[in-house]
Amino acid sequence: MGDLLLCKDIALGYEGSTVVSGLNFRITEGDYLCILGENGSGKSTLIKALLGLNKPISGMMIQPALKKVGDIGYLPQQTSIQRDFPASVREIVLSGCLPKCGLRPFYTKQEKQLAETTMSRLGITELATRCYRELSGGQQQRVLLARALCAAQKTLLLDEPVTGLDPKAQLELYELISELNKSGITIIMVSHDFTAATRYASHILHIGAQHQLFFGTTADYLASDVGKMFSLDAGTQNEGKVSDNG
Amino acid sequence: MGDFAAKLQLYFSYPFVWYALIVGLLIALCSSLLGVTLVLKRFSYIGDGLSHVAFGAMAIAALVGLTNNVYIVMPITVISAILLLRTGQNAKINGDAAIAMISVGALALGYMLMNLFPSSANISGDVCTTLFGSTSILTLKESDVIICIVMSVVVIAAFLLFYNKIFAVTFDENFMKATGIKANVYNLIIAIITALIIVLAMNLVGSLLISALIIFPALSAMRLFRSFRSVVICSACVSVTCAGLGIFTSIMAGTPVGSTIVVTDIIVFFLFCGLSLIIRRKNV
Repeated sequence: MGDLLLCKDIALGYEGSTVVSGLNFRITEGDYLCILGENGSGKSTLIKALLGLNKPISGMMIQPALKKVGDIGYLPQQTSIQRDFPASVREIVLSGCLPKCGLRPFYTKQEKQLAETTMSRLGITELATRCYRELSGGQQQRVLLARALCAAQKTLLLDEPVTGLDPKAQLELYELISELNKSGITIIMVSHDFTAATRYASHILHIGAQHQLFFGTTADYLASDVGKMFSLDAGTQNEGKVSDNG
Repeated sequence: MGDFAAKLQLYFSYPFVWYALIVGLLIALCSSLLGVTLVLKRFSYIGDGLSHVAFGAMAIAALVGLTNNVYIVMPITVISAILLLRTGQNAKINGDAAIAMISVGALALGYMLMNLFPSSANISGDVCTTLFGSTSILTLKESDVIICIVMSVVVIAAFLLFYNKIFAVTFDENFMKATGIKANVYNLIIAIITALIIVLAMNLVGSLLISALIIFPALSAMRLFRSFRSVVICSACVSVTCAGLGIFTSIMAGTPVGSTIVVTDIIVFFLFCGLSLIIRRKNV
């Protein structure tokens, strides 16, 4: 199991202004890393850096296994455009193969085959001809996950994948991601969800206000001061939700 | 009925009627192809803005005294298209505000230039022609038709070659960027093709009605179809059929070509809305 990515004291930002600094972490093949952090802590900037769209301002970022932009399959947050987009599931999954095409205008048989096998792997084969906008939130995320898997088979970066899903669909999606991880795919997930993160992830990277609060295994995280503080926090949040429902 | 056929036969013995039909159908086809993308990308208004820019450019061309104004109108419209897309991304001025600004500005400038330096005695007639297309499609020369055919071939070829990329960039720009595809390049291609179509379509329906030609077929197709490919194909069919019907009607009834085509598009849109309601009710 080799290192995928090693970050040594990197700072990220735009045009001179630093958004987040002092990040030290490593990702090894087969990891399930969860990046926790509040809004505005620099998570989306870190996503861009991981995808190779944004170079660090300072520090060292070594990516032995991720040679170029596109080696990570990306599951972005949904945009408003997609909610009423007339597109079949097959068309969307197939568009994940597009980076392989380069300048070639059409898909090859192998690429179409890859789309079919990916759809059956995620259990959405029977949805192939359905319209994306008529699917449930959980089904839509599966479709986008299939597309990401067509683009990159080894590493996935998921940006708050369960946002807007009902609890049952959330659980199903987490289980699916966990299965993918067990089959050897490295998962990097950005999330708010403390409970799910500590339940499924193997490693946690916690970013506070513009700097790193914690990086290590989930067990270490739960034992650390930061982890304890936030587990209390998450506990009270959940209680709040229960009383809302009651 | 025999009278009707005889009248048609008479009209089609004139080459200018054939020219109008060829140009009309080609423009309808091109505009509908891109219409789907523009509607879905929330760029419906870009067509409107650009057509006003083309109107302003036309006034400048008349002022300079060029015989073939395409040489001025085309570059100005293409550049504006690129600028509009850029400002949309920069967000210093909102995309819709930028479009409104440029389109109204160009309209005002064009009208003022036409009044200050009138190229003919009938200014309001000139303005009306540029805005609504009027009869200019029936006065096309052979060279106009050839330009139109070449441009249409370019637009259709570009659309077919980039079809998969255009779909992907329309559906999810962020994902495409993350996979290393230069989404901005394809946005640029979309903008340039849009500008080309608008300059082409000015002859047919005039600058005020171009948006209708781009938007209505796409919206009609989206009522009934659920995959990107079927929406594009249906939109093209609807647009070509409406243009054909519109041109025939306008020849037979003597109505203005541009607005007749647009009215046909509107009727089809409501027909499709009704159909989709019926289908939905059956399914429920």
